[in-house]
Amino acid sequence: MARAERQAMYGKGKEYWRRLLIDVAKNKWLYIMLIPGVIYFLVFKYLPMWGIIIGFENYAPFLGPLKSEWRGLYWFQRFFATRKWWDYLRNTLVLSFMSIILTFPAPIILALMLNEIRNIHFKKITQTLLYVPHFISIVIVVSITYVIFGADGIIYKLTTQMLGHSIDYLGDPGVFRWMIVGQSIWKETGWGTIIFLAALTNVDTQLYEAAMIDGANRAQRLWHITLPAIRSTVVLMLVLRMGSVLDTGYEHLILMSNSLNRSVSQTLDVFVYQNGIVNGQYSYTTAVGLMKSLVSVIMVVSANKVAHMLGEEGLY
Amino acid sequence: MAKKDKQEINSVQLNGKTVTITNGPVGVYRTAGSVVFDIFNYLIITLVALTTVLPIIYIIFNSFATELELQTRSMFIIPHTWSLDAYRYIFASNKILRSFGNSILITVCGTAINLFCTVTMAYPLSKKYLRGRSALHNMVIISMFFSGGMIPGYIVVSSWLGLRGTYWALLLPGAISAYNMMIVKNFFAGIPQELEESAHLDGCNDLTTLARIVLPLSLPVLATFGLFYAVGHWNSYFGAMIYLTDDKMYPLQLILRNIIVTAEASAGDMSLMDPNFVEPPKESIKMAVIVVATVPIMCIYPFLQKYFVKGVMVGALKG
Repeated sequence: MARAERQAMYGKGKEYWRRLLIDVAKNKWLYIMLIPGVIYFLVFKYLPMWGIIIGFENYAPFLGPLKSEWRGLYWFQRFFATRKWWDYLRNTLVLSFMSIILTFPAPIILALMLNEIRNIHFKKITQTLLYVPHFISIVIVVSITYVIFGADGIIYKLTTQMLGHSIDYLGDPGVFRWMIVGQSIWKETGWGTIIFLAALTNVDTQLYEAAMIDGANRAQRLWHITLPAIRSTVVLMLVLRMGSVLDTGYEHLILMSNSLNRSVSQTLDVFVYQNGIVNGQYSYTTAVGLMKSLVSVIMVVSANKVAHMLGEEGLY
Repeated sequence: MAKKDKQEINSVQLNGKTVTITNGPVGVYRTAGSVVFDIFNYLIITLVALTTVLPIIYIIFNSFATELELQTRSMFIIPHTWSLDAYRYIFASNKILRSFGNSILITVCGTAINLFCTVTMAYPLSKKYLRGRSALHNMVIISMFFSGGMIPGYIVVSSWLGLRGTYWALLLPGAISAYNMMIVKNFFAGIPQELEESAHLDGCNDLTTLARIVLPLSLPVLATFGLFYAVGHWNSYFGAMIYLTDDKMYPLQLILRNIIVTAEASAGDMSLMDPNFVEPPKESIKMAVIVVATVPIMCIYPFLQKYFVKGVMVGALKG
């Protein structure tokens, strides 16, 4: 609201404060209700943002963030001096792009396929089954993987018989990323279709009828009607996904990582968890985490720019 | 039958031919290619749907198998002999039973806190005349796109607030999901203003209006988000892993992780058991714990699926 407008509404100077007090008194219950929520956001969202300051200090818990020694950009320099930073970044980017390329289109394809199903009962039953894995915790997904792909597991035995040699699904660094991406696809593809199916229900069926009268076959209808209908949803989801391009799902990764696949399972997230929470190098890992957050913001903003250039609404 | 009639209403006369049009993207007037596509489409979707449930069914069946069968028969889905040994062991084990109780406690308390904070914040924000509304709105939006990161969040909870080792560390940091709160706020804003005004005339203040008028009207929405929050609490292990210090307080998911992922046999727990107890069947125990941890969600899932889907749709269309 412009300042002049606000002054016209509420007056200025003393008058402004008087009116404000009256308003607050009139709506006192609304303001009282806001207290828990506002405290929550300040303490659990904004206090940690201020806490980023320890990434520029040599944080000592007993001194607190105000009295700890100021180190400037020391931790950032130290990270790039280790030369292992490239391994972490590479692992992060490879896993992330693999998962974008493979997991992002999966729900779109599945939604388009479901959209072509005419038998309502079949559609309902399959959808019910497809949504199940979303509600299964990552610990259980990984546990099922251990049981099925482990040395006593059915898939391990099956592939050993078929190939004549065994594949170490849980330890082999070459298989690791495929396992992670596979688990994500198994868990979230069905659930991911909902948003695209929702977009598809908004398509005016008259468009299809008109296209059929014009002689469009199924592929042409898909290309000219269905795909444009979900285009903006796809772009929006992709912009959102780009924001988390450096998030590799540490809760998932630390369950799957072990000493054998360390060379590929160590992403920035896992690095921050291992060195920060496990080893207590708070300042160092806060600095690394900050770089990650900044990249995310930059990615969202630029992906949104690209979306605008493509003529889409984007995120904002 | 009625459905079929409805589908065949749209018949169009075109160049002397009758073209029948169905309600969806697929016409009744079909080419061979279209039929082949349909067959493959049904086939692939059936396969995909089976892949999602087969691993779960496999685990459930195998949890009832005897350890001997698991070791001797190399591959099977349905066991020859059924046994409840694994479950007997689980329900005799303090550790697993206690963690089951812990998970229920965390889920119930956590969801109550979530709903309370979400509703009390969403309701005032849904009032357009509230002063300071846009500032609070921005505060929420910014927190959705930028965060302090894992370590500052951990330090705030564990050392600055001193919540380490208590359940508060699991319940409070996620008390409000900004995304869910915005959707609930949009829903509240859609409730006709007249209802609330008449409640005010009858002597209600904002608090009683919320409790007596708005909340009863929002039950489906509250059920949806309550369930999202509840599933989130039931399924989480990370908070418990980093914040809890006493393993008597561990939730089921963390115990499951310790049993399977880190392959820590619950040796300490076994020694407490009756010495006459048979050596626990290890492989089937893993499967039985997986089943026990999944069952509560699978039990409520069929009833609540429609709410879940509705919740996502609301978010998709308005968010």
